Amino acid sequence: MKRVLQGLKSLSFPAVTVLLALGFTTLVLLTTDASPWQAYKTLAIGGAGSLRQVMNVVVAWIPLLIVSMGLLVTFAAGLWNIGIEGQIILGAIFATGVLRYFQDTMAPPGLAIFLAILAGALGGALWAALAGVLKTYGGVNEIFGGLGLDFVATAIVLWLIFGPWKRPGIGSMSGTEPFQESLWLPMFPDSRLSPWSLLIGLASIGLIFFLLRGTYFGLKLKAVGQNARAAGRMGIPTNLYMMFAFIVCGALGGLAGSLQVTAVYHRLIPSISSNYGWLGLMVAMLVNYRTIWAALAALFFAFLNIASVRLPLVLKVDSSLSGVIQGSLVLFALMASGARNRWLRGDEERSS
Amino acid sequence: MTATEIIIGLSGVIAAAAPVVFATIGETISERAGVINLSINGTILLSAMASFAIAVRTDNLVLGFLMGMAVGALVALIVSFTSITLMQSQVAVGYVMTLMARDTAYFLGNPFVGLSGPRVPAFKIPLLGDIPVLGPILFDQDIMTYLSILAIIVAWWWIYKTRPGMMIQGVGERPSAAFARGANVKRVRYIYALVGGTLVGLAGPTYSLSIKAGWKGTISGLDGFGWIALALTIFGGWDPLRGAAGAYLFALLQWLGLVLQPVLPGIPSQVMRVAPFPLMILTLLLVGIGNTEWVNRTLAGLPDDARIFISRTLRFLQVRPPTALGEHFERE
Repeated sequence: MKRVLQGLKSLSFPAVTVLLALGFTTLVLLTTDASPWQAYKTLAIGGAGSLRQVMNVVVAWIPLLIVSMGLLVTFAAGLWNIGIEGQIILGAIFATGVLRYFQDTMAPPGLAIFLAILAGALGGALWAALAGVLKTYGGVNEIFGGLGLDFVATAIVLWLIFGPWKRPGIGSMSGTEPFQESLWLPMFPDSRLSPWSLLIGLASIGLIFFLLRGTYFGLKLKAVGQNARAAGRMGIPTNLYMMFAFIVCGALGGLAGSLQVTAVYHRLIPSISSNYGWLGLMVAMLVNYRTIWAALAALFFAFLNIASVRLPLVLKVDSSLSGVIQGSLVLFALMASGARNRWLRGDEERSS
Repeated sequence: MTATEIIIGLSGVIAAAAPVVFATIGETISERAGVINLSINGTILLSAMASFAIAVRTDNLVLGFLMGMAVGALVALIVSFTSITLMQSQVAVGYVMTLMARDTAYFLGNPFVGLSGPRVPAFKIPLLGDIPVLGPILFDQDIMTYLSILAIIVAWWWIYKTRPGMMIQGVGERPSAAFARGANVKRVRYIYALVGGTLVGLAGPTYSLSIKAGWKGTISGLDGFGWIALALTIFGGWDPLRGAAGAYLFALLQWLGLVLQPVLPGIPSQVMRVAPFPLMILTLLLVGIGNTEWVNRTLAGLPDDARIFISRTLRFLQVRPPTALGEHFERE
């Protein structure tokens, strides 16, 4: 009986979180002219109404998943890598640069794409290393260093699109000239979903799960994250570990950016990062930094992003509703986790 | 450039800094008491939208500003409750709220995009406004600009010159000592986080009802100021005067950027627009690098005169956060 109660208790907090988020979103919807019921129905159809929509959700899931996996590493080291957005962008820029270099050459396309993806990971890692150096050797909190670098990355991408890499004639917000089809990652028919991207995305889950759970390195990284000073006293080179976390996360962010170029857009566009970096931080927080759950949460957030695209067309409300739902989920999850700690502590005090 | 143009420009700088001043002073007060409110970039957007919406619906500016303050206080209450009472990370809840407030602003503000609404009129202060040069720069503004200057003075006076104000420092620096002396640490933190949030909530309507009147959704051009204010709080070393000075410096540089653009045609406008951010990193680097271990180690190995010069310079720039910033307080 006691065990059943315990089980119910542990289930009750996620359930309450979802109910509160649903309640809050409904409240927000009630202030508009659209009926909440219609809005939820539109979301359901928009995200899962057809095979095409489901595939679109997976297309959005892959970069968000890879980015979230990377962020689990920086979170393990106790770092808020807000610079992830810029790291995705730099990955996309590096990949575009490599593809531009190989365009109209005799080089085998497979090699060109492979190098582009590799360069993307390198670009992201370099941008993350910059935030890391600012943090460890410059005394600049990674939140502000990373944030500043995000804005700089956005400026670089705009400058490239309207300057050196502009389309023949005049540069435009629609991005650079698309690459020849041989330089696209192969895709499933009638979709933007590439089996290669999917494979890389799934591999990132395994990689991070293993790194954080199965290696001595992951253990030390978590020690740094728990208490950097104590870890330093135990002989762990904390700055080095933090730099490593930044670089792994940046490489994954850059990888996601390069896949957006090679598999999804086939060119560089101003909004190439699609805010997946910001969203990845929310994904990791929602599931309390657990790897497998983060993969699932990323899928759900990707679903909401794709599903909300139809909201303005069908109901004349803004698509930022997905952000309201995502935000309220994470907020109430944080609150529920705090409430649970208080409650459990109360239980212990009573029983002792 | 003529003298009149410079005076008009500087007067614009003082006005443009007003919302950044509100946000920086609000954040400074909150962080002094130990509560980082990371949500202010979103709070500014939501308070700008909500106050504009109310002002349009009621045609009443005062109600608009009250709404902005209420939004700021509400977000600060959520951040405080989750961090002080529920003991969750301040950075985590602040980050969520900055995104959630932003998206809520864009979602709920959709029907108000592009509407025309009321705007705070200019109010020239008699006599003072007629002083040459200083008059038009400082005393021919609207009431929000005057209030922003007042906020700096009051915050400084309250923190350094009053007894209850002294308590902020105690609670932010050594909460257990303050507690031993009978301070209710959690309550004091709640109060100052809410007061700070209310001030931040004035920044939004100062944009949407005054210097950037209206609401234009994602292209309102307000996204980013909150982060600047957060950085200025650090740059200011958690001191209202120094933080406000940073806000004016920031507004001045933005104006210079606009003025200099025709002179430097090689730099695209997109690059000019993000120029504040690398500058933000640079200033944080200047005030932060003196805290790092390697700098202190390197300094120790330098010859005396060089060491003294460099460490004096660094110490002048250096800032140190309130000791208990971001930490939970629990009675032993």
